[in-house]
Amino acid sequence: MLSILGALGGVILAPLAGGLLSGVDRRLTARLQSRMGPPLLQPFFDIFKLFGKAPQATNAWLVFSAYIYLLASAFALFIFFMGGDLLLLFFVLTIGAVFQVVGAICVPSPFSQIGAQRELMLMVAYEPILILVFVGFAMCTGSFSIADVFKLNTPLLLKMPLLFLALGYALTIKLRKSPFDFSASHHGHQELVRGVQTEYSGPFLALIEIGHWLDLVLILGLCALFWHTSVIGMVLLVAASLFTEILIDNITARLTWQWMVQKQSLLVGMGLALVNLLWLYVA
Amino acid sequence: MGFVENMIKKSRLKSPWIVHFDCGSCNGCDIEVLACLTPMYDVERFGVVNTGNPKHADVLLVTGTVNHRNRHVLKQIYEQMPEPKAVVSIGACNLSGGVFKDSYNILNGAHTVIPVDVFVPGCPPKPEAIIDGVVTALNALAAKMGLGPAPGAALMPGDEDAPKAAAVG
Repeated sequence: MLSILGALGGVILAPLAGGLLSGVDRRLTARLQSRMGPPLLQPFFDIFKLFGKAPQATNAWLVFSAYIYLLASAFALFIFFMGGDLLLLFFVLTIGAVFQVVGAICVPSPFSQIGAQRELMLMVAYEPILILVFVGFAMCTGSFSIADVFKLNTPLLLKMPLLFLALGYALTIKLRKSPFDFSASHHGHQELVRGVQTEYSGPFLALIEIGHWLDLVLILGLCALFWHTSVIGMVLLVAASLFTEILIDNITARLTWQWMVQKQSLLVGMGLALVNLLWLYVA
Repeated sequence: MGFVENMIKKSRLKSPWIVHFDCGSCNGCDIEVLACLTPMYDVERFGVVNTGNPKHADVLLVTGTVNHRNRHVLKQIYEQMPEPKAVVSIGACNLSGGVFKDSYNILNGAHTVIPVDVFVPGCPPKPEAIIDGVVTALNALAAKMGLGPAPGAALMPGDEDAPKAAAVG
């Protein structure tokens, strides 16, 4: 009972952490481009403003998809804080991603349609990597349970360094950071306007944005699992991942989907993951 | 609910997302609008984001000469923006038709098609003037929420009698 309450509290606090991290992201990005950048709380201002806009939706599926995406992200995070099953978490996360595609594909806007096709490409690229990382967890701990990770005495980073790099790939793709930001982007003036989020507006866009924050917290949480033995290690690992993510976002140009799916994801991401898994199997 | 409503009112003034529509300008005003986003002026300090999507935007920046073809596009973009919203008309051509005023194919300014909150004169106006225009548009938004007086949107003398587009046909 206590763990359920704890996990619920975590899910409720997660948007605060996610919004703050996203504020740090925007400010760091601005500094990397030698600008001042917005205030740290800017993402929260944006969200409150969006909730205050008049609701406007092309059809009911759009609204439904926004709610399901947020619910799936919240539920995946709940499973994570409960120390639950990694496979279940993976499937719930996929439901959220699929409904984002459904929301984008149910409207006639060509920007949204192309965004949806590209979002499917992103899923093809990051889901195999994510599942291989979870297989790595299972080979180290003997089960898919997150709680079992905390029974180990040594940090997982020592056993699966390459899988951590592969997770970094999946992280970049899942968060739609450059060079993989072709289905939607937080930067203005990209060729698809906002891709999958083009047709959302006002409160529904705010729901999608909060879902995105929850995803950010979840994925950084997964990174933290690689150094579960010390709190300082966790914080260091999360901070390093986030900073690298922002740096890469700012110094790379957008790739085409062929590059991402065939060369980057399959060769580099999956290659790293498979080599690490083989090593775990032999050792 | 008091806290949420207060936050919403406060946030509206702190996060003006912008959509920029060019009604066929010479690009002088457009370059100045985009200059506001560069590190030199960096309007993201005030939460301004150039969204390029009317459905996400709060403030519409219009430049260029409005004519009988693009006035429908302008109206459509305005109608796609969810309330509350503000319109800033930028540059001589967009205020009154500029050097093309009273040409057979030109409407004398965006205010003949959509309700405009702020006029920024100039050919082209400086980026500072455009930033000031957006800030004044925020005051107009605040006035619509009942916070403070509305800024006086002043047309150039002689432009008040420009006929509305609907009357021109």
